[in-house]
Amino acid sequence: MVKTNVTLSGLELDNPIIPASGTFGYGYEFAELYDINILGSFSFKGTTKEPRFGNPTPRIAECPMGMINSVGLQNPGIDKVISEELPKLKKCFNKKVVANISGFSVDEYAYCCERIDKEEQVGIIEVNVSCPNVHNGGMAFGTSAEAAAEVTRAVKRVTTKPVYIKLSPNVTDIVSIAKACEDAGADGISMINTLLGMRIDLKTKKPVVANKMGGFSGSAILPVALRMVYQVYETVKIPIIGMGGITTAEDVIEMMLAGATAVEVGAANLVEPFACKNIIEDLPRVMEKYKIDDLKSIIGGAH
Amino acid sequence: MKQSVFTVVSNEKIALNTYKMILEGDTSAITAAGQFVNIKLEGFYLRRPISVCERAEGKLTIIYKTVGKGTEFMADMKGGERLDVLTGLGNGYDLTKSGDKPLLIGGGAGVPPMYDLCRRLIEQGKKPTVIMGFNKADEIFYENEFKTLGAEVVIATADGSVGVKGFVTDAMKDMEYTYVYTCGPEPMLKAVYNTMTTSGQFSFEERMGCGFGACMGCSCETKYGNKRICKDGPVLEKEEIIW
Repeated sequence: MVKTNVTLSGLELDNPIIPASGTFGYGYEFAELYDINILGSFSFKGTTKEPRFGNPTPRIAECPMGMINSVGLQNPGIDKVISEELPKLKKCFNKKVVANISGFSVDEYAYCCERIDKEEQVGIIEVNVSCPNVHNGGMAFGTSAEAAAEVTRAVKRVTTKPVYIKLSPNVTDIVSIAKACEDAGADGISMINTLLGMRIDLKTKKPVVANKMGGFSGSAILPVALRMVYQVYETVKIPIIGMGGITTAEDVIEMMLAGATAVEVGAANLVEPFACKNIIEDLPRVMEKYKIDDLKSIIGGAH
Repeated sequence: MKQSVFTVVSNEKIALNTYKMILEGDTSAITAAGQFVNIKLEGFYLRRPISVCERAEGKLTIIYKTVGKGTEFMADMKGGERLDVLTGLGNGYDLTKSGDKPLLIGGGAGVPPMYDLCRRLIEQGKKPTVIMGFNKADEIFYENEFKTLGAEVVIATADGSVGVKGFVTDAMKDMEYTYVYTCGPEPMLKAVYNTMTTSGQFSFEERMGCGFGACMGCSCETKYGNKRICKDGPVLEKEEIIW
């Protein structure tokens, strides 16, 4: 019997599989399909202080081995998430969740994190400083080491739970930003968010998504994510949740070898609703094939 | 929603750029007219959402237009090939509001879901009239199929080559009806909205990510709050629509 359990800042996960924020809603759509308690955890839809409709449609464009989205943090706002979504989620998920929080100012990040920190269901707070689809916020905090560190400090001051900063790949040097977050007190790093991309419709000769640009995700970005996780692992000591294009159990192992302690699965959930279930069920077979008894033992093994 | 493997029974061209595919598989999740299926195609990342034209036990009929590489790939498929399909997606039409003489209006690729709806309404003893709108004669399909069901059929063509010259709204004038069900391109839906004299239900199209409510890719604002076209729609009631 192989061991698939991992530990993230003291939080024990049965396996390292975590559906990524924005691809799993608040869980209950998927709970209709399978028992989501098989997951290691899951990262709920990016939540902001105020309710947001997000960007105009179309918000989706297809790419080779991937997709672009420009949803723009549509969410009901922190009050409703706490009063309505979390109680609903509790009925179908009895493990700790990763609370994904976004903001448009340092104060907003701190406000939402302080509120969500009090929720018993929350195991980890994942601070999204990397949404490519909102203006004057989101990614702006993740593209400079100083701004990312400032958000980290502000959130750490008002929270007791582990804080993971979710980083953008749309930067010159992700390693220095990860290091700045670690130095500012972050408990871990989530990486990578989507790559800023575009598609143009040949019939209309205009960008496909109404917001012109959007976040590129899907299997195509796995090599970029692996490279970045590998680089960050060499410099920071805090755990990394690795994500970007993970679709199979083999991808999970590859990401962990690069340096991830756990992984998030994003776009794959949208085209294959059973993607996480399939990966979890397939993981022991793939581990045996590559003679891995204990998944923890391979973290950073490629270095 | 259910995920299952379907086998292509037949796939034939029935009008200009328009194909009818009959599939065999588990159709038990399809419960209402106006729902859609989401089809995985080899070599394409996103699934293709296609409306259900007809559902029977173990048998699914879809009619689709070739509008891009994905649907062109579908058009080349042969009997015996297999497809991974998510079924039972979307809310579908609510038949309880139809009254005795509902008017069904389909434009182009919006005609197919009207077929299953029409069949179900006739089964309930209703007397539907169907208006089908096309650009020109070689695009027309399913006229006889609707007549065989027992519906009154009116065709409108933009170039006047068949039936009423003009749009579906030109064919609606002076008609008597108790309710409207419609599906088609958004400009047509809006024109119907502005012409109709009763209440009704509208089926919308949007570019989708997942098709089952997870990604928020196809959201729209309504008078009843934000809705996902794929999960809370594709059918919206006239009273809630914000254009």
